[in-house]
Order: sequence, then structure tokens, then C-alpha cells
Amino acid sequence: MPRGKKRDTPEVSSGSMADIAFLLLIFFLVTTTIANDKGIMLLLPPKVDPNEPPPDITKNDRNIFKILANSQDNLLVEDEPYTAPISNLKDDVKSFILNFGKPTEEGIALYSSLPSSMKAKINATGKRADSSDDPTECVVSFKANRGTSYDLYIQVLDAINSAYNEVYAERVGITVDEWLSLDRDDDIQKDMYNKGRQGIPRAISIAEPD
Amino acid sequence: MSKFKKNTSASQDIPTAALPDIIFMLLFFFMVTTVMRETDIMVKQQLPKASQLTKIERKSLVSYIYLGEPKNTSLYGNEPKIQTNDVFVDVDDIIQFVNQEKDKLSEVERDQITMSMKVDVDVKFGIVSDVQQELREANARRVLYSSIKTADL
Repeated sequence: MPRGKKRDTPEVSSGSMADIAFLLLIFFLVTTTIANDKGIMLLLPPKVDPNEPPPDITKNDRNIFKILANSQDNLLVEDEPYTAPISNLKDDVKSFILNFGKPTEEGIALYSSLPSSMKAKINATGKRADSSDDPTECVVSFKANRGTSYDLYIQVLDAINSAYNEVYAERVGITVDEWLSLDRDDDIQKDMYNKGRQGIPRAISIAEPD
Repeated sequence: MSKFKKNTSASQDIPTAALPDIIFMLLFFFMVTTVMRETDIMVKQQLPKASQLTKIERKSLVSYIYLGEPKNTSLYGNEPKIQTNDVFVDVDDIIQFVNQEKDKLSEVERDQITMSMKVDVDVKFGIVSDVQQELREANARRVLYSSIKTADL
């Protein structure tokens, strides 16, 4: 077998490889926008059927927590002008939800399922006759004016949501941040989520503005 | 003294052979995470701050509606406007936009479409409510008010 001269294998110079990679890297660095879309989730009610009359409101007045906002961004909460800072609204909503003024059978069952720390709080501050009967009955109603700023709208919505989330989180014994980061694809965490929400519907009603 | 100078022949170069690999790794990371911005936002966008935020689970189900004062006020005036994709639309066109977005999804996913409302803080609630009414009409009921997490709390 003739053995030729040992030839040099032709080599492609790879010295500029790093430069090419850098160029691409910088391109993607500049064009990238890391997805960080977060916000307040809301499920709108289904559209009204024109053939059907609007349903009558059968709820007892004390089971509705009314928040009104006018075009000057003033709030009217439970028919009284709200002068406290908006950060207090969350606690007001929370004590409204957990009032247990005149619980139904469902409400009593729900009450006995709560952890003892929450029961103690309800016994200390709740059970007012002029507030909600029990969490299964209550509705938080929010009505804004066309002239209300979107900023205030979000703040109020945020306050209502955080009141509900605090109730849910306290029920399963975790912090609100942990509650919000529960992953519903995971079975254990999903159970926890369902356990927190069970029996306490997040009933937020957003009325159409005048 | 000379005792210490003996073994200085060791090479002091840092091997750079692995450098392209590192760069490639970074490159792939950004290639995977990158999302090309399709739309040019023509309205002011200062999102409100809130604390109770939920993350979007599936990005493919989300469509965006932008509301705010136009950036180019000399051309479009300073009344808040609605932008979808790359154009300003009227309130009446929202249904059509929603239906277009729904057509992009497969049939089982159509009811899960989420509209992400990116609304500037200076906008009044009236126009937001108008859009919401149209979304109800178009049966796109999952709405996400896009906002930024508050620093405190």
C-alpha cells in the first residue's frame, strides 16, 4: 500500500468563532424582552341576554359591602365618606368577609373549619349584626364613575383582592406571597389552593359606571 | 534570592479555548428567552402599581390592548386612545379584534383567551369600562390589568 506523504489536514481557522458568537449574543441581548407580564386577574360577567330581564337582587343589604368612587377620586364606603388612607380599606373588607353575624348552616360548617387563630379574631372583632352574615353570602360591590382615575380603580381592586388573598392564605397557614406563588400544576399545591378557597367565593361585583 | 526564581517557567496564560463555549451558552439562553417585540407602542404607558399580582400561565393565550394618551400629541391629540397591534382603534372595533385573536387559537383554547389591558395611570375609568363592555360582548371575559409590583409590603 503506497503511503503518501503525511499531508496537513486543512483547517478552518476557528479563531473568529468567538467573535461571531459575540455578535449574535449582542443582537439577542438588545432585542430581548424577558416576559414579565403580571397583573390583577378579573373574570368579567357574561354578557346580558336582552330577552331576559335583569335578575332581581335578593341579597340582604348587610351582605353587600358597597364601595363607590366619584370623579374626584373620593370614596364612599358603606354609605360613609372614606377619609382613612386607602391602605386601611383592605382590613375593612377583610373584617366584613369574616364577620359571621348570622351564619347559615353552611357558614357554621365553614367557621368550624377555620384555624383557631382566625376564630379568636372573629370572636373578638366580628359578629356584628349590621355586617355580613357569613363568607358564603357576602359580596363586595365596587362602582366607579367614568371620571374616576384608573389608578384609584386599580388600588381599590387591589385592596379587595388582597383582603381575599389574606383570608385564603391565613386559612391554610401560609403567607400571602406564598399563596400568590402557589403552582396549580402541582397536585399538593393545588390541594392547598382548593382548601383555601373552598367555601369562600371571591365575589367581587364591578358595576357599570353611570 | 535566586532560590525563588527557579520555577518561573510555568505558563501563565489562561486557556481561552472554552471561551466560545461560554459565549454560545449565553447566546442560547438569550435566544430561548427572547421575544421579539411585534408592536410599536404608540401610547404612553406608565402602568399602575399593585400588590396582588398573578402571573400569566400561558403566553400564547394572551392578547394585548393598550390604552393611554398618544405619544405623538400633535398628530393624534391628547385624548386617551385604544391601540391594538399596531393601530389605533375605536371602541366598536374591539369585538373584531378579539375575534381575530381568537381565530389564531385552536378551538379548545378559544374560551381561555386572556386580554391583557395595559392601561396608563392617567387614563380615566370611563374608556376602560367601555372596552370592558365590548370584551363582555365578544365573550373574552378573562381580563388581566397589567400592573407593576409595589416595592414595599
